[in-house]
Amino acid sequence: MTTLTTAGAPAPARSKGVRHAPHTRKARRKAAWIGLLAWIVGIVFCVPALWMLLTSFHSEPDAATNPPSIAAPLTLSGYKVFFGAGGGASPWPPLINSALSSVLSTALVLALALPAAYALSIKRVRKWTDVMFFFLSTKMLPVVAGLLPVYLFAKNTGLLDNVWLLVILYTSMNLPIAVWMMQSFLADVPVSIIEAAQVDGARLPTVLLRVVAPVAAPGIAATSLICFIFSWNELLFARVLTGVRAETAPVFLTGFVTSQGLFLAQLCAASVVVSLPVLAAGFAAQDKLVQGLSLGAVK
Amino acid sequence: MSAPVTTRSLPPADASRTARRGGRAPGGGARAWATRAPLMPALLFLIAVTQLPFVATLVISLFDWNSLAPGKRHFHGLSNYATVFTDSDMRDSVFTTILLTVTVVVASVVIGLLLALLLDRKFFGRGIVRTLLITPFLLVPVSAALLWKHVLYNPEYGLLNGAWSWVAGLFGDHTPAQPDWISNMPLTAVEIALVWQWTPFMMLILLAGLQSRPAETLEAARLDGAGPWQMFRFLTLPHLRRYLELGILLGSINVVQNFDAVFTITAGGLGTANLPYTIYETFYQAHEYGLASAAGVVVVIGTIIIATFALRVVSSLFTEEAGRA
Repeated sequence: MTTLTTAGAPAPARSKGVRHAPHTRKARRKAAWIGLLAWIVGIVFCVPALWMLLTSFHSEPDAATNPPSIAAPLTLSGYKVFFGAGGGASPWPPLINSALSSVLSTALVLALALPAAYALSIKRVRKWTDVMFFFLSTKMLPVVAGLLPVYLFAKNTGLLDNVWLLVILYTSMNLPIAVWMMQSFLADVPVSIIEAAQVDGARLPTVLLRVVAPVAAPGIAATSLICFIFSWNELLFARVLTGVRAETAPVFLTGFVTSQGLFLAQLCAASVVVSLPVLAAGFAAQDKLVQGLSLGAVK
Repeated sequence: MSAPVTTRSLPPADASRTARRGGRAPGGGARAWATRAPLMPALLFLIAVTQLPFVATLVISLFDWNSLAPGKRHFHGLSNYATVFTDSDMRDSVFTTILLTVTVVVASVVIGLLLALLLDRKFFGRGIVRTLLITPFLLVPVSAALLWKHVLYNPEYGLLNGAWSWVAGLFGDHTPAQPDWISNMPLTAVEIALVWQWTPFMMLILLAGLQSRPAETLEAARLDGAGPWQMFRFLTLPHLRRYLELGILLGSINVVQNFDAVFTITAGGLGTANLPYTIYETFYQAHEYGLASAAGVVVVIGTIIIATFALRVVSSLFTEEAGRA
């Protein structure tokens, strides 16, 4: 899959920005129309999300009118109710559980994936491509297929409703992605600087932390952000394996599934708050998002 | 498990990479282990956490085991598998899964391609439009599903009907149709929500593909008088082939496993229960452990088939096209 970038013609020149300059007035007008079209399409596509943001700042009665009240006065009441002002359950424990399970699993993923990627791209093990595809194949194993044994194991060892169980599972869920991504990022680290460090007598952990990590820092950062997003979003494991104590934010959100009455502003506020870390991580990783999501295949 | 599927797109061992192997004796004792050592923690961790449970699932799938009647647990051979394929609920959910996956992946690839073609042009504020288009993908899947279920589809105060009554009101119609979207078209409702979330993913991959087209070839074709459609058909599409394959493959693997949208929007009702949801229900609510495991094994096999076909079909299609061209 990593051949993608070299596929096509041998000349790697990118066409970005090499497009025809709009010489004529006709061409310029055409370009303006395309820009306008793109803006309209982009806004229409994003309307549900923009509407969610707007509704989160409306009062409950204004949020539930038909036709919609676009110009209704803005208020923070939806957010206040979500954070427990209405006497409902506080969202803080689930948010903290989500943060804990996502951050800890991402740290564990990095600790496991960095040395593995080193052995798959710098000092290559034999049959390294087979190993890579083994990692990828575990990603194709549907989560549901392993859910019951994991549940039974957790039940018998008293690990049900424990954030650490989620940390372990999210690590296994993201490890293949991280290994693929880091393999592609580490392949760009010049071998000469690693050899130089080894000649100076540096051992592997030192080489990884002092030489490889700084050079591959942008790639490692993107990997972490993408692993964070996937852990934060996960619902099925969290739903089945947690209860009151280790409940995560997505599980908390499922409390809205059967809601009735006036709750739209609160729901939108909740969705905005819970999605905020993912949006922030996604926008921060935007240039490397494609490479990450395509497991390093597209650069 | 699916290594044979994907190995045909293995990265070639180009010169610089082969050089990296250095002078290691094949299978050479301590040195080889020193090379392997950094890999081992990740490999062993992954085998323990992902492969062992699956083996357990295989074993459990051969038992008649309902946790509500623990005394009756016994070996049952392949009859759970027979149930998966004869029980109408299970069979329906197999079809629902296929329909849902194919619809969502095809629709999001087509829309994603159109959006990518649009974004490949230069225009004012391209970065902002790109960000707007990515946003749906960066919402937590449960929030996105809740957004569609309550805020958009709701028949009384949802945005779809609300916007429609506003538009109808402008034309003097004060009793506009207010359909109950989820009840009228439950599976389509789930599909639309998923297409909305997956289109940006396809767009990003295809846009990267478009931007890696060699400029010289495009220029040469333009000078030779190729029209926009010819350039798209004979240059862009063949170049995008691998990117399309990749998008379809990764999209299918993810959508076939979808749980969040089905669980949130319809709770598996009205004929929208796909296999992941049905398995969840069989095990979590009906406590039929053996049956749930057999269905889990079926999903795994289905995923392998999809991964194989997605690659083979798309690749043969394009080879055919290229042959005709």
